[in-house]
Amino acid sequence: MNAAIIELADIRKTYNEGTPVATEVLHGVNIALQAGEFACLIGPSGSGKSTLLNLIGLLERPTAGSYLLKGRAIQQADDDERTRARLRTLGFVFQFHHLLPAFTAIENVMLPGLMRDGAFTREHRVHAQQLLTSVGLADAMNKPPNQLSGGMQQRVAIARALSLSPDLVLADEPTGNLDTHSADEVFALMRQFNKTKGTAFLLVTHDPRLAARCDRTIELRDGSIVSDAPSSAASTVEHG
Amino acid sequence: MGFEWSVALRFLREGGMQTLLIVAGTTIGIAVIVFITGFLGDLQRDLIKRTLGVQAHIVVRPAEEVARPLRDAPAAVTQIPQIQTRAQRLRSVEQWQSLVPVLADTPGIRAVSPVAAGPGIIARGDASKTVTITGIILAPFVAVTRLNEKIVAGDLRVDPGDVLMGVDLARDLGVGIGDKVRLSTPTSPGYAYQVRGIYNLGARNLNRAGVYVGLATAQALHALPGGVSSIELAVDDLFGAPKLASRLGHAMPHEVESWTQANPQLLAALSNQTIMTLLVRFFLALVVAIGVSSVLVVAVVQKTKEIGILRAMGASRGRILRVFLLQGALIGASSAVLGSLCGYALTSVMSGILRASDGTRIFVARLEPDLYFYTFIVAAMLGVVAAAMPARRASKLDPAMAIRI
Repeated sequence: MNAAIIELADIRKTYNEGTPVATEVLHGVNIALQAGEFACLIGPSGSGKSTLLNLIGLLERPTAGSYLLKGRAIQQADDDERTRARLRTLGFVFQFHHLLPAFTAIENVMLPGLMRDGAFTREHRVHAQQLLTSVGLADAMNKPPNQLSGGMQQRVAIARALSLSPDLVLADEPTGNLDTHSADEVFALMRQFNKTKGTAFLLVTHDPRLAARCDRTIELRDGSIVSDAPSSAASTVEHG
Repeated sequence: MGFEWSVALRFLREGGMQTLLIVAGTTIGIAVIVFITGFLGDLQRDLIKRTLGVQAHIVVRPAEEVARPLRDAPAAVTQIPQIQTRAQRLRSVEQWQSLVPVLADTPGIRAVSPVAAGPGIIARGDASKTVTITGIILAPFVAVTRLNEKIVAGDLRVDPGDVLMGVDLARDLGVGIGDKVRLSTPTSPGYAYQVRGIYNLGARNLNRAGVYVGLATAQALHALPGGVSSIELAVDDLFGAPKLASRLGHAMPHEVESWTQANPQLLAALSNQTIMTLLVRFFLALVVAIGVSSVLVVAVVQKTKEIGILRAMGASRGRILRVFLLQGALIGASSAVLGSLCGYALTSVMSGILRASDGTRIFVARLEPDLYFYTFIVAAMLGVVAAAMPARRASKLDPAMAIRI
């Protein structure tokens, strides 16, 4: 539990760099996440949460600073290497599910395996079946996403994010557009995988209720971290 | 490629009506290309056959006699001789009897027919016409010219004393089968011959131009004892005739002329036709490619979010590129299969509609595996080329941006 998965030091991000409208949205962020951590990132809209998550998820590059992914400097690596790192180390869950509508639920879960191995195999199917069963979707495996409710789609997305057993799952408001009941279910699932598989999670959320149930809360305001503490403490002070 | 295949196929299936429409459009384009390509050769062969009438594909005749200056000038003196072109006598092809079997054994030559032809006059009573009197050996001559298909009255025979002529000449002279005509030449006062057969070559001037007699008869009339004025050849590949002719020309001391040299205006018309159809096919292919390209451009925009999520999940730029290139190839290849079927159907229908003046079919529908194979390969490549721009655009999408949409 003490190997750092990610270490960000003095990360800065400027959009439209070199133009008169250049805006620095992150002003020297320092974060380290250890294996098996369950942390959340809170903050008001426009505070840079999504940018930070995209940087950690290797979807964007920082303007300055150093980023070590599992001890390896990754921000200068070429696009293919960063893509490979995404496939093998990271999992994504987005607010609007982002399942591929052309594939059934189980195929969506099998896609990362297909990307890694170049073919759908029996092991992929068995593994995907296990994952979907564990998120309570044993009966909906062969349905296309548009026949699933929002909560069910998000559970498929979680199963997909976990299908290659990543070290870290990045979730951008995973319960943002779900009702309270579904949100609790989805959150409980992530919590459960965190405990059983030891997968680290970093959640962006607006929901103080959920933030309170994380192990650690990082608060971002105007592009700087204003607090980083065990959750109970943070949530009594701030609720985004 | 498993990933690329799965995603490309699903994207196309998800496209639904969009995919059906572009495949339909591409199929029609390819069907017309296959149709034009398939029947152009037949059409041109038919045209050549009808225009040439009984002309051979290649003619071997004695080299022209040339006049030379009588003395060689010293090196320092520029000589300005006046040389008149020699009048060409009717001469025999030297060593023709040993040449015929050599030609018959040459690959690409279907039939070899030695003939003795020269000018003459055909007369009946007061009426007379100048004609070419051609002496033939029946079997090889028929093999070269298919004269047997053109006989409309009487028999195809050239026994001693027989003459064959065209319908228009027979009408001009007012003769029918069994009537006598007189053939004479500058070198022979001539004799009476019996009209044995009448043919129709499909063109008046050809039907008036000549008469056919036995080889020995013509040799006597033209004072060419034992000689022939030319050797006529039929080849397997009509369009390869010029090449074969020039090869033969280099190998023997005779003049060898192909149908293209004898009929330059026909060749010009044919090559213009070929260029026109090439242009039509090229622009059809271009339209098809632009269609595929525009549909894929739209598909990339529609799938921006999916491309973003695939990139976030760990699909490299190269993979996204290949997904869209593959979609282009699949559209091209499937349209090639359907287009070949439709092209064949179109050829079948049109061969019944487009007919020659005498009502015979100009071309028949044939299955052409080679044509379909090349169509498949070219269409798939065309699809890939058409997909290049949209695929590049898809692969360059910024995943962070694409997901936010």
